[in-house]
Amino acid sequence: MRKASSDIAAMEGRRLGLDGIMTILSFILLFIIVVIPIFMIVYNAFFYQGKFDLTLFSSVIFDKENLKAMGNTIIIAVAVTIFGTIMGLFYAWLLGRSDIPAKGFMRALFTIPYMFPPFFGAMAWDLLFSGRAGYINRWLMSTFHLRTAPVNINSLGGIIFVECSYYFPFVFMQVVSALERMDPTLEESARIAGARQSQVIWKITLPLVKPAISAGALLILISSLAHFGVPSILGFSKNIYTLPTMIYALINKSGGSFDGIRQGTALSILLVAVVAIALVIQKKVLSSGSYDIIKGKSMRPTLIKLRGAKYPLLFLACLTLLIIVIVPLVMIFLVALVKAYGLPLVWKNFSFSNYQKVFASTATMDSIKNSLLLSITAGIVCMFLGVMIAYVVNRIKPKGKNVLEILSILPYSIPGTVLAIGVILSWSGAIFKITLYNTIWIILVAYMARYLSFSMKSASASLQQVNSSLEEASRACGATHTESLRDITLPLIKPAMVSGFFLIFLPAMRELTTSILLYGPYSRTLGVQIFALRDAGMIPQAAALASVAIVLIIICNAIVTWITKDRKGA
Amino acid sequence: MAGIRFINVSFAYGDKKILENFSLDVEDSQIMCLLGPSGCGKTTLMRCLIGLNKPSTGEIYVGDRCVFSKDKRINIPPERRGIGVVFQDYAVWPHMTVFENVCYPMKKHKLPKDEIEKKARYALEQVRMSDYAPYLPSQLSGGQQQRVAIARALVSSDEVIVMDEPITNLDAKLREEMLLEIRQIQKNIGTTILYITHDQEASLQLCDKMAIMDSEGVLSQLGTDEDIILRPANRFVFEFIGVSNFFKLSKKSGVWCFHDNENIKFDGAIPDEYSSVVDMGVRPNDIVFDKNSNIRATVRRSVFLGSEYNMFVDFDGQEVRVQRSTFDDGAGDIKEGSEVGIKFLNPVFYNAKEA
Repeated sequence: MRKASSDIAAMEGRRLGLDGIMTILSFILLFIIVVIPIFMIVYNAFFYQGKFDLTLFSSVIFDKENLKAMGNTIIIAVAVTIFGTIMGLFYAWLLGRSDIPAKGFMRALFTIPYMFPPFFGAMAWDLLFSGRAGYINRWLMSTFHLRTAPVNINSLGGIIFVECSYYFPFVFMQVVSALERMDPTLEESARIAGARQSQVIWKITLPLVKPAISAGALLILISSLAHFGVPSILGFSKNIYTLPTMIYALINKSGGSFDGIRQGTALSILLVAVVAIALVIQKKVLSSGSYDIIKGKSMRPTLIKLRGAKYPLLFLACLTLLIIVIVPLVMIFLVALVKAYGLPLVWKNFSFSNYQKVFASTATMDSIKNSLLLSITAGIVCMFLGVMIAYVVNRIKPKGKNVLEILSILPYSIPGTVLAIGVILSWSGAIFKITLYNTIWIILVAYMARYLSFSMKSASASLQQVNSSLEEASRACGATHTESLRDITLPLIKPAMVSGFFLIFLPAMRELTTSILLYGPYSRTLGVQIFALRDAGMIPQAAALASVAIVLIIICNAIVTWITKDRKGA
Repeated sequence: MAGIRFINVSFAYGDKKILENFSLDVEDSQIMCLLGPSGCGKTTLMRCLIGLNKPSTGEIYVGDRCVFSKDKRINIPPERRGIGVVFQDYAVWPHMTVFENVCYPMKKHKLPKDEIEKKARYALEQVRMSDYAPYLPSQLSGGQQQRVAIARALVSSDEVIVMDEPITNLDAKLREEMLLEIRQIQKNIGTTILYITHDQEASLQLCDKMAIMDSEGVLSQLGTDEDIILRPANRFVFEFIGVSNFFKLSKKSGVWCFHDNENIKFDGAIPDEYSSVVDMGVRPNDIVFDKNSNIRATVRRSVFLGSEYNMFVDFDGQEVRVQRSTFDDGAGDIKEGSEVGIKFLNPVFYNAKEA
C-alpha cells in the first residue's frame, strides 16, 4: 500500500506530471543550494588552478595560529557542553521534579536565552567586565583599590561562561519535557523496592532521561563548535581566535580576495572535520538506547520535597536567572541610553540621542530593511520549498528520496561560516556565470541553504499526519492532482507552514554568522550593523540598535505565540 | 448506469504479486459483494478500478468506457473515471464541514449551485446525518464519519460506487439500517455498487451477487448468495462463509471409515471420484442427534443462545461444533456429559488435505 501514491504520477496520462516536475525541481534546487557550495569548498581547498595541490592545505593546517584556534574551539566547545549540560540538567530537575515555587515564571525566563542571539549577551558582558573599562570592573577597582581588573571577560573562561548561559536551555528544554513524559510509577516503584531518594535519581531517573540529555548535549556541542558571535566579540581584542572567527579574520584581512577565501576553505575543512569527529565521539560516549517507558501523555509526577533546601535553591535559581537573563538585557538598554560610552550610568547622563542617531542613519535603517526583506523572503521561499521537498520525500517517494532528505538537512550541521564560504565560491560566477557577491541575494541564498531544513522538517512531520487517502478521495471525487493539492493537502498542513515560516523568520532576523562574511556595502543586515557599529567604537549606538532588535524579536515572538495558540483553539 | 469489467488484471507491489490475471464482471445496476479474507487483494483491486493503482496487465471497463488498458495504453486519471468511493478509513476531509465534504465532488463536476445544495441535503438525509451538516469531522464519531463518506460517494457518481468496508464502525442496529438504506438507494437510482468486505453477513443482506476471493487473490466463486451458501465451489469457499467441521475419511478394504479410527464405519454416500481418502465437511446445523447411529460422541459443552443451542461435542478426540434449534424435539434434554449418536446431513466432499 505504501508505494501506491507514487502511481498517481503515472495516472496523469502525461509523461511528466506535476509530481515529476516537483521531484526534478527538488533535486535541482538542492543540488544548486547545497551540493555546489560544499563541492566548491572541497575543490578549492585541495585544487589550485585545476591541479591537485596540498601545499595550501598543509600550510594552513600546520600554521601555529590556526592550530591554536583549533585548540581554543575544542576547549570552548567541550567546556560549554559539559557545564551547559550540568546546568541544564540541574535546573531541569529542579523545575521538573522538585516542589520549588514559581515554576511557570522561572520556566518562561529560562527559555529567554533561546530568543536572543548570544552576541547580544557577549556585548553586554563585555560592557561590564572588559578589562579596566568594564562598568563593574571599574566599580570594583575603585571600591577595593585594586590595580588590575578583577574579572577579565575577554578570555577563554569569559567566552565559555557567556556561551554556557545561552546554550544550556538546549539541555534544559529537552530534559524537562522528557521528565514530564516519564511515567512516575517507575520512580515510585524504586522507592517501594527500598531505594533511597538519591539512589532513585542516579539509578532510575537519570538513565531514563539519558537520550534527552544526549540530544541536548549534541546540540550544544555542534552549536558551540560553529559559534561565531561570542568569541568574535569577546576574543578579538585579546587575539583569542576560534576556527570560525579565524576564518572571518583571514577573509576580512585579505579584503575578500580570492587568496584569503582559499585559506578560509582549508580552515573550513578543518572545522567540518572537528565537528564530524565531535559527532562521532559524542555518539560513542553517550550512546543511548531508546526507552519506550517515556510515554506521550503527560502525567503528574511525585515531587521531591526540598524541605530546608527549598529557599536556598530558589534563591540560587533566581540569582542565575538574574545574571544570565536580566543583567545582559538591562545592560543593553541602559548603555543604549547613555550619551557616551564610559560615562557612569546615572540619570543625568541618559538621553535618547543614540536612538535618534540610529533612526537617522540611512545605513542603520537600511540594515533593518535588509534584514526584514531577507527574513521574510527566506521565510516564504523556504516555506514553499520545504513543503515541496517534504511532499516529494513523503508522498511521491522517488528513487533517491533518502539523498533528497539528507541533502536538505545537511546544511544545518555545517557551520554557518563554512556555508558562507561555499556560497561565496559558488555565486562568484561558478554557477551559470552568475555573480551575486556583494549583493543582498547572496545572503538570501545562504539563508535558504541554512534554514530550509527547518521548514522541511516541520512540513514533513505535518504531512505524515495527513493520511494519503484524503488526497486520493478527492481525486476520486473529480479533483485533478493540482486541485487536490490546493483544496486538501495544503490547507491541512497550513499550520505547519506558518510555523515553518516563523522558525526561519526569527533566527534570520538576528543572523550574524553567515551575513558577516557575505555582506556588501549596500547589503548589511541588522546583526552585521550592530557588529560593525560596535567594532567602530560606537558602542552606545550598537546597544541602541540591539535594543531595537530585542523589541522586534519580542514582538515577533508574541505574534507567533498568539498565532499558535489560536490554532490550538480552533 | 454502467457495469464494471476487469479483464486479466495483474498487479504487484514490487516483487509481491497481489493479483494475477484477475477477471470479474459486475453487471449493470447490481450490488456485487467482493468477499475475501483480509490481505487477499480486495482493496488493491478497488484501487486499480478507481485509478490509484496502475495494473501491469489487462483492461478495466466502466460501462462501455475503457478506463484502463495496458495494450491500448489507456489510463484515465481517477478524477475522470466517475466512480464514487467510500474509503476504508473514511477519508473525510478534516478541514471541511460535513456539508462541504458532501458538496465537494459536485463542485468539481461543476453542477449548478442550487442543485449541489439540494443533492447534498438529500444525501445527508439518506445517511441520517442532516443534523450534523455544519459540524467538523473531528466532532463526529467514527460511525458518523463513515456515513458522511457514504453520502459523499452517493453524490459523486450515479453510475458506479465502490465501498471498501463502509460500515465496520457502526453498531449492529445502525449497520442493518445502513445496509437497507444502501439497498434502497441502489434500487432508486440504479447505481452499480461494488461492495468490498470480509463480513459475510453484511454481504448476504445486501448483495445481488457475491464474488469470493481466496487468500491468494484468485476468484474462487461467483454467484448468487444462495449458490454460494448451498453450493460452495471449493473447500476455501465452504470454510470461509461459515463455521465448518471437517472429518477425514478413508477406504479400508472396500469400506469407508474414519481415518483415525477404522472401527467407526461411515455409511453415507461418497462420490465415486474419491477412491482412498476424502475430507468431509459438515455445517454445525447439519449434524443431528440420532441414538441409533453407530457414530458415538459426548457432549462437552452446551451454550444456550436463545434461538439455538451451540454445542461442542467430543467425537473420538475431535471437537465438533453442533447447532440445534431450541424448538427441535428434545433439544433441551441433552445435558453436558451425555453420550449421543450423531448423523451428518448434507455433507460435502473435497480432496483430502495432507494431514
